[in-house]
Amino acid sequence: MIVTAGWYMGLAAILFAIGALGILIRRNALVMFMCVELMLNAVNLTLISAGRELGTLDGQVSVFFVLVVAAAEVVVGLAILVSVFRNRATASVDELAELSG
Amino acid sequence: MAEVIIFGLMALPALAGGVTVVLARNPVYGAMGLLGSMLALGVLYVAQLAHFIAAIHVVVYAGAVMTLFLFVIMLIGVDRADDQNERLPRQRQLVILGVLGIVATAFAVAFSGRFSWVIAATGERIPQATNGTTVALARVLFSDWVLAFEATALLLTIGSAGAIALASRRGKPVDLPIDPEVTS
Repeated sequence: MIVTAGWYMGLAAILFAIGALGILIRRNALVMFMCVELMLNAVNLTLISAGRELGTLDGQVSVFFVLVVAAAEVVVGLAILVSVFRNRATASVDELAELSG
Repeated sequence: MAEVIIFGLMALPALAGGVTVVLARNPVYGAMGLLGSMLALGVLYVAQLAHFIAAIHVVVYAGAVMTLFLFVIMLIGVDRADDQNERLPRQRQLVILGVLGIVATAFAVAFSGRFSWVIAATGERIPQATNGTTVALARVLFSDWVLAFEATALLLTIGSAGAIALASRRGKPVDLPIDPEVTS
């Protein structure tokens, strides 16, 4: 019995689905943010197993760049979240509805 | 055989952590679940010979990003549960059905053999070609991908400048709900 790339990709698909489910179900902006991180992790796992399967290091280099972009995204996203919370005293995305007509 | 055991031992915590993130009412528990999921994924990276990526994954994600998350959770309070009233009728049921349908489609396509390279390539797997040591990764990163590497430096600079600009803005005074026990 050998672990093929399909096993890792199946795990990554399920993790990605859990993350997408969380984004669509939860209303707390922080929890939604954590679900985005979960989805990014799932994609990273896919990239690494695909790169290993195709015999190239480019998959791992892509994961490196995803990590950097995710770090920058978290910094800016959490700053926006704190800024919203200082003005509105809520982290629920349902409360942020000024633009609706 | 060892890889099967490692996969089983680490896939379960990864999935359990993900489920915790979605289901936990308290965001701190969700953050802990995400932390466990990331550590398990780090072990899976090592099992796939991505040593350097596994190391920076644990340091950057489990270290820096999760600390930032916990810091913001503590800053804006943990006692605010999601509001339970549904603005869109039957949103949750439809979302669960839709996501399950997408996953089922993905697995059906995968098992139909359309992506046969996933199985076919296993016979000629060359471990040394994808051994992600620091030296091997740096050789690729600083030759083929050096322009993208410089672009990430620019991105990080812009990101930190944007975070400082957002955080230092002085808006109207905060009208936080005042705790009566504290003021009395």
